[in-house]
Amino acid sequence: MKGAWWKILAVVLLVYTFTGGLLMEVPRLVIIHESIRALYFHVPMWFGMVVMFLVSVVYAVKYLRSHQPLHDRVSAGFAHAGLVYGLLGIFTGMIWANYTWGSPWHGDPKQNGAAIATLIYLAYFILRGSLDNQEQRARLSSVYAIFAFAAMIPLIFIIPRLTSSMHPGSGGNPGFNMYDLDSSMRRVFYPAVAGWILLGVWIASVRIRILEAEEKILDLDYEKNK
Amino acid sequence: MRELLIYQVRSEFRKKSLFFSLVLYLVSLVFINYLALGLQHRFLEPGLWSALFWMALLSALVNAVAKSFLHERPGTVTYLYSLASPEQIILSKMVYGFLLCTLIALTGYFFFALWLHNPIQDEFLFVVTLVLTSFGFSAALSLLSAIAAKTNNGSMVMAVLSFPIIIGILLMAIKITKNCIDGLDRAASSDELLLLVAINLMASAFSYLLFPYIWRS
Repeated sequence: MKGAWWKILAVVLLVYTFTGGLLMEVPRLVIIHESIRALYFHVPMWFGMVVMFLVSVVYAVKYLRSHQPLHDRVSAGFAHAGLVYGLLGIFTGMIWANYTWGSPWHGDPKQNGAAIATLIYLAYFILRGSLDNQEQRARLSSVYAIFAFAAMIPLIFIIPRLTSSMHPGSGGNPGFNMYDLDSSMRRVFYPAVAGWILLGVWIASVRIRILEAEEKILDLDYEKNK
Repeated sequence: MRELLIYQVRSEFRKKSLFFSLVLYLVSLVFINYLALGLQHRFLEPGLWSALFWMALLSALVNAVAKSFLHERPGTVTYLYSLASPEQIILSKMVYGFLLCTLIALTGYFFFALWLHNPIQDEFLFVVTLVLTSFGFSAALSLLSAIAAKTNNGSMVMAVLSFPIIIGILLMAIKITKNCIDGLDRAASSDELLLLVAINLMASAFSYLLFPYIWRS
């Protein structure tokens, strides 16, 4: 069980998030009402996604400098976890928007930005799939990951700030910081963010081990057929 | 560096068919749009005009830049490799792609104005936008074309990789186009123009930094 403390911490934090997030008292705001609880489940997806992609791009840079296959596997594993969080973020957002805005897809700039970010990482995995040579795949996909990350920043961080968004907290809509001065929501929100991020790291670490195993199997096959 | 650029322009002149196939591709796209809409010099809604214009331009420009590495014969690649440093090569490809894109974008604008009327009120700003967009496309896509050239199914991968990357550039361009059509004051588009320039600079900087890693093999 040594070294597993953070996995236990992730489970504890998420159990707390689900019970506290669904049962504890929340501020009542017009339009949003009880759907404000989406804050504990939808918003941490984006925090998680950005952290995962950041780790992925850091390891892509590391790979280009060191050429160790491990760094490439870490980069790919975190990109995978980030993509999972991005898709979950879009789906939870669509459920929330269906009740608050009246339809699942509203053409909100943040929604479109998220869809584009997802497309970029889907393209990343297609690129990985269409290269057979292991070394070449690692090198080219690292380059693409860095380039894609650089292109993603203006999309999901700057453009939504130029145009008005319907998300709470922007464009004059009531948000998290304006009303929640008693910090009652923060008691659940921060542990929720930490819990989801830890779970993402867990998913990534499993994915990295699967990649490692797959490569070992390939090597063994190669040895056998030689 | 200058020799490389001249070399590319020269080899382009030798293979005129490639350039003219691009122009013809764009012209047929515009003409199909014109026929599909079935309008004879009638008014086209500005939003629709800019959507059609950028869609046609997008496919033509992606094809134009994609060929910078995709259609290079292996012999040529080795020849270039032995001749120049990767930095010089990517810079010359980017500058050359920029010239080609600008030429194609202006041609596209001309034919759009010819067949589908010209709703642009602020023509100077629109041409500036075209030039900036061409620069962004060539900066972002030269690198991707080099990546795609290494895969088994190059042109497919090229399309998949490039579209999400250039959406940012395209969105800015469409916003400025809308302002140009409405004839708004130029100050109204300054934010978008600045962001377009920033994206361009970032794309070129990253292409320049990352290209040596692709080239070495």
